[in-house]
Amino acid sequence: MSHGLRVDMSTIRAMIERSRNELLRVPGAAIPGVLAPTIFFLGLTAVFGSLTLLPGFDTQSYQSFLIPVSLMQGAGFTGAATGVNLARDIENGLFDRFLASPAPRWVLLTGLVSSASLRALVPGTFLFIVAMIVGANFPGILGLIVAVVAVMGMGVVAACWGVALALKFKTQSAAPLMQAGMLVLILTTTAYAPQELLTGWLAEVAQINPATQVVEMARQGFVGTVTWSGTWPGIVTLIGLIALLGAWALRGMRRTAY
Amino acid sequence: MSAIFSRQSWRVVGELGRRSVKQTFRRPQLMAPLIIFPTLLLAIQTGGAGRAVDLPGFPPVESFLAFMLAGAMVQSTLLAGNSGGIALAVDIEMGFTDRLLVAPIPRFSIVLGRLAGTAALGLFTAIWFLAIGFAFGVKFTEGPLGVLVMILLVIGSAVAFGSIGAAIALRSGSASVVQGMFPLLFVILFLSTAFFPQDLLLEPAQTVAEYNPLSFIVDAVRDPVVFAFSAEDMLKGLLGLLVIGGFGTVLAARALQHRLRTGG
Repeated sequence: MSHGLRVDMSTIRAMIERSRNELLRVPGAAIPGVLAPTIFFLGLTAVFGSLTLLPGFDTQSYQSFLIPVSLMQGAGFTGAATGVNLARDIENGLFDRFLASPAPRWVLLTGLVSSASLRALVPGTFLFIVAMIVGANFPGILGLIVAVVAVMGMGVVAACWGVALALKFKTQSAAPLMQAGMLVLILTTTAYAPQELLTGWLAEVAQINPATQVVEMARQGFVGTVTWSGTWPGIVTLIGLIALLGAWALRGMRRTAY
Repeated sequence: MSAIFSRQSWRVVGELGRRSVKQTFRRPQLMAPLIIFPTLLLAIQTGGAGRAVDLPGFPPVESFLAFMLAGAMVQSTLLAGNSGGIALAVDIEMGFTDRLLVAPIPRFSIVLGRLAGTAALGLFTAIWFLAIGFAFGVKFTEGPLGVLVMILLVIGSAVAFGSIGAAIALRSGSASVVQGMFPLLFVILFLSTAFFPQDLLLEPAQTVAEYNPLSFIVDAVRDPVVFAFSAEDMLKGLLGLLVIGGFGTVLAARALQHRLRTGG
């Protein structure tokens, strides 16, 4: 490994450690990202649990059907929070100091989104434990690995989205847009019911929404078995979304003067 | 006592109410939870769980949207109450409420003004969701009279939930504390008949929903759309409003007294 790359890696590691310190020093900051998806998970399973009685539903456990969506929601909120934190750093001038440092822009972006992908595991772990307690199926080791990949990937997607918006608006007031964007992306999938049971506009949108592939990929182990054909579309989608939104965020970072 | 009935007091209430409505429309962070979030959830849940009407035991309804409309309206008023509380807490944090307290106006007008604004927002959300219903072909079984009853009940629930929001704002004086109530609102909402018939809810939600005053209000709002007027549901709805509104008013009055006594 060249010296330059080693320095870049240590910068990325430092940014991840900064994010970890933030989490350890202000644990309350992680609560909204954990609480909201958990309330939605428990609430929606209690409300819509009877939907599994509909013919065509591929599982008898709504908890198992819904938990991947809640995992994605948790990752989405946590990733979007990276954007809010960046907006805060822009507002108080800290980000200017990052920009003035010799670190390349892509290194700064990688540091931010890597920390988001790791932080997404916090609500993910909590939600998974809650889901197991309330009776969701254990997805198996392979299913769990696939779900973790989906959670971390969605955390990166949400972080790229949040960072791009933070760099565009440069204010924490853009926070609702960051969170709402992820909420729409995740809920306009097969979140509530399988594709065949969706009705109206949502049936059309869920079919073309790329996040549907990611939700279905994460869902496999919880409602059945993991297959390659059920996994690769989700991975390709995650790579595509990260490339697209990452390029947008990087462009924003390159255009940001200090 | 005479101050309550004076024309000047009501003018103050009207002005403060107008200010709170303007404040909400000017701040997207207050407006978004009121309209955008419930509308989004309504659209997604209608498409996502629309086939629920085929479930055995689901009451005969024209469409799932018709069933969900009342839930969305009450959800919106619940959030309007919370938003009103946040705005009042911001006023306290910024010192605006202190200025009102030293002004020669009755103290009750400070809370009543805020509630008047929340009532206006309740009217706005009722009209918004009725427009959505009309646009997507919902047939209101009880006609214009039923629509009027719905609007009045929605305004009533906005005031009732607004009184709780105002009480928390006056007691805590902190916008973040009122904001922190947001997840709790969803717990209350999920444990009611806002989104699904009680018989089809899973336990423990089914049992809680049976006694949740929010269920009474939602059922009373829902009747004129989906079914027909039912005196029992209407009385239960009014009782729910009285319980929540009465509880909120007592708490708000005590919180205001505490604030005046201790200065914060």
